[in-house]
Amino acid sequence: MNSKNENLKEQVLRASGVNVLKCMRCGKCSGTCPAYGEMEYHPHQFVYMIEKGDIEKLMNSPSIYRCLTCFACVDRCPRGVEPAKAVEAVRLMAVRKQDGNRLKPEQIPDMLDEDMPQQAIVTALRKYRK
Amino acid sequence: MNRIGVFVCHCGTNIASTVDVKAVAEALSHERGVVISQDYQYMCSESGQNLVKNAIKEHNLTGVVICSCSPRMHENTFRKACSEAGLNPYLVEIANIREQCSWIHKDITTATEKAVILGRTAIAKVTLNTPLTSMESPVVKRALVIGGGIAGIQSALDIAEAGFEVDIVEKEPTIGGKMAQIDKTFPTLDCAACILTPKMVEASQNENINIYSFSEVSDVKGFVGNFTVKIKRKARYVDETKCTGCGLCTEKCPMKKVPNEFNAGLDNRTAIYIPFAQAVPKIATIDPNYCMMLKNGKCGVCSKVCTAGAVDYKQKDEFIEKKYGAIVVATGYNPISPEKFDEYAYSQCPDVVTSLELERLMNAAGPNGGTLLRPSDKKHPEKIVFIQCVGSRCDDDRGKPYCSKICCMYTAKHAMLIREKYPDTEVYVFYIDVRTPGKNFDEFYRRAVEQYNVHYIKGMVGKVTPKANGKIEVQGSDMLADEQLRIDADLVVLAMAIEPDKSARPLATMLTTQMDTNDFFTEAHPKLRPVESATAGIFLSGVCQGPKDIPETVAQASAAAAKAIGLLCKNSITCNPCVAHSDELMCNGCSACEKVCPYGAITYENKEFRMPDRTVAVRRVASVNPAVCQGCGACTVACPSGAMDLNGFSNSQIMAEVDAICK
Amino acid sequence: MKNFTYYPGCTLRTKAKELDRCARVCAEILGINLEEPADWQCCGGAYTTAKDEIATKLSAVRVLNSAKEAGNPLITVCSACHNVIKQTNYDISHDDEMCGKVNRYLGLSENYSGETIVYHYLEMLRDVIGFENLAKQVKKPLKGVKIAPYYGCLLLRPKKALAMDDPENPSIMENFIKAIGGTPVVYAQRNECCGAYTIFEDKNQAVERSAKIAESAREMGADMIITACPLCMYNLKKNSGCDIPVRYFTEVLAEALGVEEVGNEQ
Repeated sequence: MNSKNENLKEQVLRASGVNVLKCMRCGKCSGTCPAYGEMEYHPHQFVYMIEKGDIEKLMNSPSIYRCLTCFACVDRCPRGVEPAKAVEAVRLMAVRKQDGNRLKPEQIPDMLDEDMPQQAIVTALRKYRK
Repeated sequence: MNRIGVFVCHCGTNIASTVDVKAVAEALSHERGVVISQDYQYMCSESGQNLVKNAIKEHNLTGVVICSCSPRMHENTFRKACSEAGLNPYLVEIANIREQCSWIHKDITTATEKAVILGRTAIAKVTLNTPLTSMESPVVKRALVIGGGIAGIQSALDIAEAGFEVDIVEKEPTIGGKMAQIDKTFPTLDCAACILTPKMVEASQNENINIYSFSEVSDVKGFVGNFTVKIKRKARYVDETKCTGCGLCTEKCPMKKVPNEFNAGLDNRTAIYIPFAQAVPKIATIDPNYCMMLKNGKCGVCSKVCTAGAVDYKQKDEFIEKKYGAIVVATGYNPISPEKFDEYAYSQCPDVVTSLELERLMNAAGPNGGTLLRPSDKKHPEKIVFIQCVGSRCDDDRGKPYCSKICCMYTAKHAMLIREKYPDTEVYVFYIDVRTPGKNFDEFYRRAVEQYNVHYIKGMVGKVTPKANGKIEVQGSDMLADEQLRIDADLVVLAMAIEPDKSARPLATMLTTQMDTNDFFTEAHPKLRPVESATAGIFLSGVCQGPKDIPETVAQASAAAAKAIGLLCKNSITCNPCVAHSDELMCNGCSACEKVCPYGAITYENKEFRMPDRTVAVRRVASVNPAVCQGCGACTVACPSGAMDLNGFSNSQIMAEVDAICK
Repeated sequence: MKNFTYYPGCTLRTKAKELDRCARVCAEILGINLEEPADWQCCGGAYTTAKDEIATKLSAVRVLNSAKEAGNPLITVCSACHNVIKQTNYDISHDDEMCGKVNRYLGLSENYSGETIVYHYLEMLRDVIGFENLAKQVKKPLKGVKIAPYYGCLLLRPKKALAMDDPENPSIMENFIKAIGGTPVVYAQRNECCGAYTIFEDKNQAVERSAKIAESAREMGADMIITACPLCMYNLKKNSGCDIPVRYFTEVLAEALGVEEVGNEQ
């Protein structure tokens, strides 16, 4: 692992509080994930790739915006690994970069419909912007 | 005048690489009373022991200090050597400079300094040692086996075979345990009942074996060779001496809606019942939670139909007390409840079953007479999904941190049996790892894959959704294909983790023996004493010590029996002379020591004392039974007046040690 | 009269007014006094689990602290607010570093370190009123109505922080339904995410997930789905193709307690 990857890995581990070494590679997180079909990298791969230090691949993948943060993987993981928190830490590293915002406020009006609750908008802004 | 010899061991490089042993020997040679201080490569070797023996003779030593490994390793070795050289074995002290020094330090200077202090401490203690003589205590030539599953049965048979009396205490109405519920056994696929029931019968017919079924241990007192055990014989409301086991009462009993434990609750039994056809003893038992006569005094059918007049609604729990020389614990296990893992929908769908339930579904004596049918609609399942490691290898409070060890093999067995009997059934097994380290085990698992075409999928199921059309959607990951699978199954089988029986924890307290955090009994040494508990005279048999399959359980049961036989063969055993005694002049009769003594070794008696004014006063003072005392020292700490003292660990010796450390 | 500090949250002021109105009306009937703090801010809708930022957690801490100052437990209705506030409260009482940072930033007169007890409205019904007592106050029981409770992801997980019910086999909504006279429908997808979280990013997920949930509920014979979450409500109504009514749990509660003209607002 080069020092840049090492540094990125360190940041993800610190921000998420996740101990990837607890993973026993059972795949239950990916077995339970409701967003599996929409993701390029799946929850168990996040955990494993973070362990390997492959953070950039994850940061550049749309998978980080597809995670529903539903915490099913967190509560069902037999080892207490908390994959969703790892995904979130990677996503935050991506949106915190300069020009890393995934969603711009000016895009929102076009996406709205009259029934859409405010909750959807504030959540999206929180998830996709720094 | 003390003449002390100090012997510092290198233990190869174990000690010598971190402790400057020569410097330690040299430093200790200047301690008061030390007349010889030597180092040697392996003090426990024959030549090392000879070094000690010769020094005892040559220098007429009054005490020996060995600076070496833990006393748990070699204290006895050196005591014996000194005894052979004519020195009382209790004039030997061990300074542990390996486990407590060289192994835990890296810096030579610090470690050496600490080794010197530890050596000096032992010298301070040995100076105050007094010669002690062991006493002998007789051995009661009878064993108690707690638990009547295959482990308990095997231990009892082996002990009985050696000519000793054995009592089996079983909490259920019959012996047989979990093995009686199992259909076939891996890896040979022979029928469990066919190999178990002859052993059950053998146990009941062996004149050395006495079975207390429907009974529990309620109190244990005493010590190795001489335990006094109180056994609760639960009221079964049937006179065991009269019941012939004809079963007429169970046919006539009108209360027919009681969940049948033997069939894992998959069908019902009556309130008066015999658990299964081959039960031993074959005696009826009334379940007071369901019997209408016992609940509201209305019925009495069983009593009317019983020609032997065995039914007795007024029966009460009885207690008996017996003495034993050895106790074998064989309390077994249970699968954990799947209810906490409802992502697998066990509580929502009758067609999600545990592996033990599947055993009954497939068993000829089970609810479907041996035909595999779904519990919900009694149809043949065409697609079956097995989920392994449910609750095993878990790091959260839902499951267990350990591998339950038996599930990989029984799942392969189930899969294979189903494919054999119903070749049109598709069988999937979700696994994390397949663990098959037993004789012929991996071959067995490979046969399931290669010969029977069971689909093994590396991955775990995350969600099970029962559907209105009777299918069960199983969503899981296939990690090798990097896919999320959805299988519409007809039956889902959960390989639940196993846990020690709930009765084990209170029993451990009664036996003053140790358990680990998972409530498995702890063996005296994980490698070298695997069937003995740390408490002398208590032996461990079967899953109560850790997850095991049947062959391993039987092997361990026989090993535990061999250890128990070894004890029962002796007429008497040597007691530890390091026991407590009370200074009657200092004792104020407060009973503090009596309350803390876990062995019941302390009694109080009224004694006459001649007072300085020549009158006689009667005072209540503590008295220790040295045959019962185990030398734990609790009383010496509890005693407010300092009257209690422990041989070999006297208050003054301990203070001398503390002073030596602080010097 | 028992006092609670009441946190409505952004959506209950706008698109989910009926969720809010019914909650308030029913509280009054049940003898619960809801005090809304004057200066609450939006919770942000999603909790940032990252340990290295505090800004996104401050509004939750402020309302938790105002409840503490009022000497009240805090009550929430919206699943998202509930989730954000409970997770914040959990982390602030378990993560000393975060607690320290938050307090150094806020400079409150007294440090806040997780003292406030947080109830979801359903928990209040279960633990403060008691479902048995609630049942006694029901005037128009929903007799014969088969109601599928939809928990979604936010109400129960993560279980350590939310500590509301068994996340895999919950019973609080089922028991609530029984208390108001209805028949609960148990279906496996009741605790799965509806996918609405990513609606701007990937509408497909929201459609597929919500359809699966509605189908699972309908298959098991539900006449109606109830939820506590405005976003789930929107998604189930808009995207799932669901042909049975989806309602807020406070609406059915209000009806059962005899409140007139429930559900006319939207």
